[in-house]
Amino acid sequence: MYVAVKGGERAIENAHALLAHARRGDPSVPEISLAQISQQLALAVDRVMSEGSLYDRELAALAIKQARGDLIEAIFLVRAFRTTAERFGASEPIDTAAMAMDRRISATFKDLPGGQVLGPTFDYTHRLLDHDLVAGGPVPEPARAPAAAAAMPRVTDLLAADDLIEHSGAPDPAAPVGDLTREPLGLPAERDLRLQNLARGDEGFLLALGYSTQRGYGRTHPFAGEIRFGTVEVELFAPELGFAVPLGRIAVTECQMVNQFGGTASEPPRFTRGYGLTFGQGERKAIAMALVDRALRARELGEDVKAPAQDEEFVLMHSDNVQATGFVEHLKLPHYVDFQAELGLVRRLRAEFAAAARAGEPGIPEAAE
Amino acid sequence: MSALQGDTSHRDESHRDTSQRDRTYNFAYLDEQTKRMIRRAILKGIAIPGYQVPFASREMPMPFGWGTGGVQVTASILGPDDVLKVIDQGSDDTTNAVSIRKFFAKTAGVRTTTRTGEASVIQTRHRIPEAPLHEGQVLVYQVPIPEPLRFLEPRETETRRMHALAEYGLMHVKLYEDIARHGHIATTYAYPVQVDGRYVTDPSPTPKFDNPKMNDCAALQLFGAGREKRIYAIPPYTQVVSLDFEDHPFEPYRHDAACALCGATESFLDEVITDDRGSRMFLCSDTDYCATRRAEGEQGGPSGPPERSKETHGA
Repeated sequence: MYVAVKGGERAIENAHALLAHARRGDPSVPEISLAQISQQLALAVDRVMSEGSLYDRELAALAIKQARGDLIEAIFLVRAFRTTAERFGASEPIDTAAMAMDRRISATFKDLPGGQVLGPTFDYTHRLLDHDLVAGGPVPEPARAPAAAAAMPRVTDLLAADDLIEHSGAPDPAAPVGDLTREPLGLPAERDLRLQNLARGDEGFLLALGYSTQRGYGRTHPFAGEIRFGTVEVELFAPELGFAVPLGRIAVTECQMVNQFGGTASEPPRFTRGYGLTFGQGERKAIAMALVDRALRARELGEDVKAPAQDEEFVLMHSDNVQATGFVEHLKLPHYVDFQAELGLVRRLRAEFAAAARAGEPGIPEAAE
Repeated sequence: MSALQGDTSHRDESHRDTSQRDRTYNFAYLDEQTKRMIRRAILKGIAIPGYQVPFASREMPMPFGWGTGGVQVTASILGPDDVLKVIDQGSDDTTNAVSIRKFFAKTAGVRTTTRTGEASVIQTRHRIPEAPLHEGQVLVYQVPIPEPLRFLEPRETETRRMHALAEYGLMHVKLYEDIARHGHIATTYAYPVQVDGRYVTDPSPTPKFDNPKMNDCAALQLFGAGREKRIYAIPPYTQVVSLDFEDHPFEPYRHDAACALCGATESFLDEVITDDRGSRMFLCSDTDYCATRRAEGEQGGPSGPPERSKETHGA
């Protein structure tokens, strides 16, 4: 009779074996390789690297395979691996002006130094299911052009040269690098920690919040000054050598948002900035992040904080999908004890209610009576 | 002996019985720097009973909301000689308790037990064991929302200020409104307590039935909230008072039933529905307590609520 909570251990083992079986699927279908995931589901890998906060295509691909394509579960796997990894330093700031460009577009200038480079994008494709992909087959070679000889200056740098946009300020090399995975997030949080939080934040959450600012909940009048995707060098300062040594190249997507700002009595009118950055190609996330970053600067820029996207505590405390999914899904765990306690109270209140009704009394007297 | 109680040998691998543990990860999974950071938070928590100490919670290999705070606290205090018990809903055999116990058996290789009296560290979700805890034991609670004021004030910045000023009027107003509306304080679990006359503290979602056990407890009580990144503590023999009013004193929940297996009337009972015609029986939520009583020869009564006159079993 008393079986409900017994046998937990064997049940778990059996469930895990069944999961492995379901993960593999029909054994007559070839097993997917990490290389296939990394190459052909590249944007999924990019997202898992970004929100998993770990630049490692192979581990991200493994996580996606293990998670059966559930990207939040894959992000969780990557995070749990990353969390105990030793921190031995912080890299130099990456220089996105020196990016080897795969794609670079500006929505604010028709043409600009370096030009517009569409690169690999879904933009302007017709979203018609392509039945050629059912069978697969070789794809034609893409057109090639020599890499741009000249650097492509960032649009925001061009605007800053004319003092038309706020200056982002030179980095202070002596300032400690904030890291919310090593220190609990204090509120209010400075922009470095906010950006770290957003960079790790859930794409869907940021998308909805960014969208809400466009629909009037914390409007920021944004222009996509520039979106660029390509590879940049990562360097680590080696004290023994006295200079920074290159560690390798990573692919990143950067969005520099240009937003309106009215100016004040002491400040001339100029545009303000919102910033988004992701690992790999993550334009949707980068744009949404830039919108939310700008919205979260309301306090700093003296704007009224009225909308959810401007509410730092609301955004930062709810952006992390690993935290969110854990707590939402923990409702699956047993709550027998608490429910029993509630059940007891409801029964008691109902009994009192019924007794009062039988006695012809009104229910519980109002406190003021 | 747990690490908090003076064992400092963790960095020396040779001191451990590591025969059965997975050596891919450090002892008890977390790296030693992380454990040191968590132990500092625990020590601060012990020094300021009931105060929520922020700590840099790690992503653990189980989901947030499933005990990551408790797991990090346990991982940080566990020593090779500790004996670990893990319960969920009072039971050693619920799936999440099994999962966490296996995690530490695998990563720390420590001995595990289901017997409350034998354990040096007990990690729990939603219950305090029925058997009184003794000195030297550590009870580690898994906490989902550590802030007792959270559902009255959603902002962390505000609630921290309220704690700093000991501004707890809002909580009393809430309890008063319960009485005004329902005739009772309608909080049945996570019933707020005041620790050492200072901090209003969340006992975690234990039923208020368990609140009196927190007061003057011989064991050290540690609370870990992983997702919310908070640790707090109640040192042994600390005064813990459930909030109430003079004319509406705190009353622990009582069942009008006895355990169908061991006949206990003084333990917290789970209700089990046995068919689709409204039949039900009551069973001890604390499975070790129930098994111990049965081993001592106690037997269950009828499965329904017993008639008072037939009640023969004492506590």
